[in-house]
Amino acid sequence: MKRDYWNKPSMGLWERLYIFEVLRGLTITGKVFFGNMWKWVTFRKGALTAYYPEEIRSDYSPNNRGRHVLVQREDGKPQCVTCNMCATVCPAYAIEILSAVDSGDEVHPKVPESFEIDYSRCIFCGFCVEACPEDALRMAKETPDFPGFDREKMWSSQEELMSWQPAQNPAKTYPEASAGRGVQP
Amino acid sequence: MIQDLVVSLVYMAYAIGLMLGMATLFTWVERKQSAVMADRIGANRAYIRIPFTNIKLVAWGLFHGIADGSKMLLKENFTPNTYDRFCYNIAPWLATVPVLLLFAVIPFGGTVYPGHLLDTGFPVLGPFLSEFFGDRSYSMQVANLDAGILVVLAVSGVGILGTMLAGWASNNKFSLLGAARASAQMISYEVTMGLALLSLVVSYGTLELGGMVTEQSKLLFGFLPSWGLFYQPLAFILFLTAAIAENKRAPFDLPECESELVAGFFTEYGAMKMGLFMLSEFIEIVIAAALLVTLFLGGYSLPYLETTGFVFPFGVSLALPHLAVVVLQVVTFLAKVFLAGCFMIQIRWSLPRFRYDQLMDFGWKFLMPLAALNLVATVCVRWFLTRG
Repeated sequence: MKRDYWNKPSMGLWERLYIFEVLRGLTITGKVFFGNMWKWVTFRKGALTAYYPEEIRSDYSPNNRGRHVLVQREDGKPQCVTCNMCATVCPAYAIEILSAVDSGDEVHPKVPESFEIDYSRCIFCGFCVEACPEDALRMAKETPDFPGFDREKMWSSQEELMSWQPAQNPAKTYPEASAGRGVQP
Repeated sequence: MIQDLVVSLVYMAYAIGLMLGMATLFTWVERKQSAVMADRIGANRAYIRIPFTNIKLVAWGLFHGIADGSKMLLKENFTPNTYDRFCYNIAPWLATVPVLLLFAVIPFGGTVYPGHLLDTGFPVLGPFLSEFFGDRSYSMQVANLDAGILVVLAVSGVGILGTMLAGWASNNKFSLLGAARASAQMISYEVTMGLALLSLVVSYGTLELGGMVTEQSKLLFGFLPSWGLFYQPLAFILFLTAAIAENKRAPFDLPECESELVAGFFTEYGAMKMGLFMLSEFIEIVIAAALLVTLFLGGYSLPYLETTGFVFPFGVSLALPHLAVVVLQVVTFLAKVFLAGCFMIQIRWSLPRFRYDQLMDFGWKFLMPLAALNLVATVCVRWFLTRG
């Protein structure tokens, strides 16, 4: 015996004639089509999708994690002390750091010779920013120039990470330094 | 004689160019139209870069057809391990060639006098044309056959062989199932199509497609163009349905439904062999649209356009040179075919698919009796009218 399902459609004569329902369906899709075409003719955008690399969607979260920023000291040197904690915590192994000695600076003798992030592997988890003890690495909201055709060209160099300017300072707002903890210059 | 040859060659080149060009255009229209219907953007990435500059011509993604075609031509010609070599290789051609042949009997313009196309005052070409062709006239049709509509039915029937062979020869269960479905579906809907065409033949009194268009270029009640659509509205709907079913496209895409049969009868085909099946499908849209236009929508005839120019029913007339009339007729045909094809694509993206038993029920129990009834009614009306 053939069972009837709970959602068995009950069609009247109108629906069973089929042709009128076909016309109704065509009217619905046709309305959307001509509406969108009219928008296009009058130089407005009909589609809901964005042309991705050329056009950034407007509804990014205000705390979106985008491209990294290497923070600089007042003298223009990177704040990074090459402790390698970010590279260690990185689950995607996307960070490569090479240390160098800066004998001119007694307070910060270790400086990065190169600090590179592979954006073809980065998963934007933000662990590196969490791990950084020096607040040398931050993440901006913006995501400029990510797409590309060549994997080799998706490495971001130290100069690039230091020189690009996000619209807003991505720093976290800290509470005022308390009396007990002095901040090194 | 040499004049006839020249004209025939020009017509053939035009017909094949039109079909391939329109088919390529329709691949783009299909992607773009479905995108616009669904609030998307659609294909827009393929471009042609002008050499030595960085200017990229995108043209709303029109070059995607070229990109797809060249991709399929350059792909590896992969074949399954066990297959019938001869049948497997001949099947794509059997699917494509009949479709290309069909256009031969469809008139894409009225009568043309090549000698009168240009004024004799036109430099070089004008005197040459009038001297070469004289007063000869040609109807704009590759093959002016008396049995036009029978040729259409006969040749389109050969196309089924291609799909059946493809399914049998590729030694794959999905292909076989798809081919079985395809042949069953195409044969059952051919019956409806034939009956709908027969009632049209009865009401026009001719089998010739050119004659049908001449009938349709007259006026009904003095102002309405006497298109087949107004004489035979039921046959129009039946023919449209059967033509979409013959195309094997949604809502009748059972032979190649992705969710059950991978790709249906051409599952085992790759590269340009698959491309030929695709191309034949899109040429079939063009052919179906052209047939629909020729049989029901007045063909190349523009309302109120006579061979000498526009004659409007309220007494105003506008004389036009022969060249302008010919160009108007050709452009009218192209525009009508394009719009009819767009309508079919709209149907394809709007309606859900039938189940297989529903498809067969719909074809045999609903459309076929309707078409037969329509034929009987047409014959009765015709009989009463001719008896006086």
